[in-house]
Amino acid sequence: MRRRQFLTLSAASLGGVLVYSLDREAFRLSAQAYKSIRIPLRFFSQAEALIVAAAASCIFPSDEAGPGAREAGVTVYIDRQLAGPWGRDRHRYTQEPFDENAPKEFGYQGQATPRQIYHQGLKELKGFDRLGPDEQARKLKQIEATVFFSLLRQNTIEGMFCDPTHGGNIDLLGWQLIGFPGPRMSNFDDVDKHFGEAFRPKPASLHQVTGRKVRASEDQE
Amino acid sequence: MKTLPSVDVVIVGGGWTGLLMAKELGSRTTLSVVVLERGGPRNADDYGDDMDELDYAIRFRMMQDASQETVTLRHTASQRALPLRQHASFFPGAGVGGAGEHWNGEFPRILPDCFALLSNTIEKYGAERLPEDHSVQDWGVTYDELEPHYMRVETLLGISGKAGNIRGKQMEGGNIFEGWRSAEYPNPPVKIPYFSALFRDAAKALGYHPYPIPAATISQVYTNPDGIARPGCTYCGFCERFGCMIGAKAQPTNTLLPVIQKRKNVSLRTGATVRRIVHDTAQSGKRARGVSYIDASGQEIFQPAEVVFLASWTLNNTRLLLLSQIGEPYDPASGKGTVGRNLTHQVYYPAATAFFDKPLNRFMGSGAAGVRVADFDGDLFDHRGLPFLRGGILLALSLGFRPIANFGVVPQSVKPKWGSEWKKAALHYYDRTGNIVFHGEHLAYKGNFMDLDPVYKDHLGDPLLRFTLDWRENERKMAEFATAKAVEIARQMGAKEVTPFPGLRSYDATRSQSTHIQGGTIMGSSPDRSVVNPYSQHWQVSNLFVLGGSAFPQNASANPTPTILALTSRTADAVVNRYLKNPSALA
Repeated sequence: MRRRQFLTLSAASLGGVLVYSLDREAFRLSAQAYKSIRIPLRFFSQAEALIVAAAASCIFPSDEAGPGAREAGVTVYIDRQLAGPWGRDRHRYTQEPFDENAPKEFGYQGQATPRQIYHQGLKELKGFDRLGPDEQARKLKQIEATVFFSLLRQNTIEGMFCDPTHGGNIDLLGWQLIGFPGPRMSNFDDVDKHFGEAFRPKPASLHQVTGRKVRASEDQE
Repeated sequence: MKTLPSVDVVIVGGGWTGLLMAKELGSRTTLSVVVLERGGPRNADDYGDDMDELDYAIRFRMMQDASQETVTLRHTASQRALPLRQHASFFPGAGVGGAGEHWNGEFPRILPDCFALLSNTIEKYGAERLPEDHSVQDWGVTYDELEPHYMRVETLLGISGKAGNIRGKQMEGGNIFEGWRSAEYPNPPVKIPYFSALFRDAAKALGYHPYPIPAATISQVYTNPDGIARPGCTYCGFCERFGCMIGAKAQPTNTLLPVIQKRKNVSLRTGATVRRIVHDTAQSGKRARGVSYIDASGQEIFQPAEVVFLASWTLNNTRLLLLSQIGEPYDPASGKGTVGRNLTHQVYYPAATAFFDKPLNRFMGSGAAGVRVADFDGDLFDHRGLPFLRGGILLALSLGFRPIANFGVVPQSVKPKWGSEWKKAALHYYDRTGNIVFHGEHLAYKGNFMDLDPVYKDHLGDPLLRFTLDWRENERKMAEFATAKAVEIARQMGAKEVTPFPGLRSYDATRSQSTHIQGGTIMGSSPDRSVVNPYSQHWQVSNLFVLGGSAFPQNASANPTPTILALTSRTADAVVNRYLKNPSALA
């Protein structure tokens, strides 16, 4: 069994965050009580998690336009996805023969699962988290055309904007950035109003809206 | 193999068509009816907490499990086919209700002239205008014959819309180009969100004729003739790829299943994967004897039946006929054979992506809330001097923008695809972006067809279905034409930047382009060129009926479900009124 590994998130800049534990219980951590949060990792090693966090942060940075992948917990999201059925291609057709060189209109035709793609891709980014910002950007530019990078970019967007039950979008940060309120039971009174003006109801997670625990795909067989 | 006691009717598939037939036969006759659905059970109240974009819309919780079965694709018959390893281009449903659970609920009828497409085109333009390798056919059924059935299914589902043509009289505000209707829609149109309203006003200003989309996401509380009541839509924006949390969107589980569950003569078995239609091979009097399936525990079962309805969606209908060796497989080289021919996929793409300076509040909407323009549909404009035949509709749908699927789209002036500059632009444009989408007709061609793949198998060891499919010049030229019109409307809407669709190249299986796939067991008036007669009855095996989009000889611009249900309703009438009294060929 592998040693328990953790990712450390900074809570200080957030004034407290809403985090979903592995058993889908929501709890709020306040910055007063914790300077940082230690999240147990399911799939990545600590070293890998640091590289993913740095790379995701290049893709969706924390900058003057607002918080990014680091604050939203994108690495936690990706870690849980890779540990779950998606990471091992549970629902992808994986019968041979594979054709790694298929034209792109046929979609990804390779044999490697997302887990394997990440393991390999991260091996090639060894030490990435310790590079300076320009070097990091240069490095990512070099691998822009790879399957690994397109997965990482897609997963970063997912982790920014998924329901927080999946580990990302911590404190609904992603939704707040774009004015997405999350699932709402009714927009009946508003759908044909507010023309030309931003209508921004306060975001709420699915769990907050329904009061029920969400059945997340990463916890399924 | 275990043999069960014989039943009167077995229906393969528990989606829209299978459950509509089960409801009709179950309530209008005393026949014993068994529906076999390979997916799991579902109920109308299953969806109260499904509004999770990741699991439903990105990880496809409601779709068929691609690890068990998919299709393979090649562009031409000389290539090696590759499996579509994950869903992207279209989304086959699984479980009770099938794809009818996770659809958007747009409910337009097909234009009348489509039903005699070959005859009408030859009459107007001459046979030489049709593409050389076309395989276009008439349906063998006319719009006038289908009209009462369209009306019936619209009433059943409570469709919300505005008529544009009641018995030939043009109606202000509706689609004045639509086929005649015997009556107004059962419910008034749904609300029009901002983006769609911008489109409506711009289209009107340009002299086009916008109209609200006929919607199965209904506008108000409605009770249908079966006594089934559904609430009005709340515009939560979780339709496509989701089941409706309140049942405002008509789905087989909330419209048909409650009636079926009350009928003692109908039973629904889930986890029942039909592998073959069992039939007598004798040339004289070919007959289906029932179906064999694998049940949820893995046991092989033979279910004998007097009548078999194949209602398992376009692709599986075709595949089961091929696997069961019923009818002659289509051979593109000789043009002989019928099973698998005329594969079409609606020409569906984002014609213009428009970027605005004002926020659009796009999280609000429903799968069918929006506005269409049909001025370029079918043959409503003269094609003499144009490099293509037929057309399609342009629409501005407000189906509820969800962030994972839609974040990151930026104007062409923004070059990076990640990093600070991209993020800033993507945040700004997230709620300032809208697509004008084109749905166009796809003609049938001799070289676009389905057969069994020689290499790849499903999880039970049966061959996958193989697509041989690619676009032709007619679709590419039509797309160019429609893209220019969409850009014109987007500019009129006040868009600051517009990204036009780059054009159709090869069929791209990674692009989501509607689940409107048709053909394979097509309908027609001659057994030489079609699999079923105009009553959906197999030409050679008269106690076998095939229901669904597999019957369409070619693709219309309209979403297929209304026509699929109207054809099923017509078949139900023919079976109840004629076939059961004299079980033989209906045509």
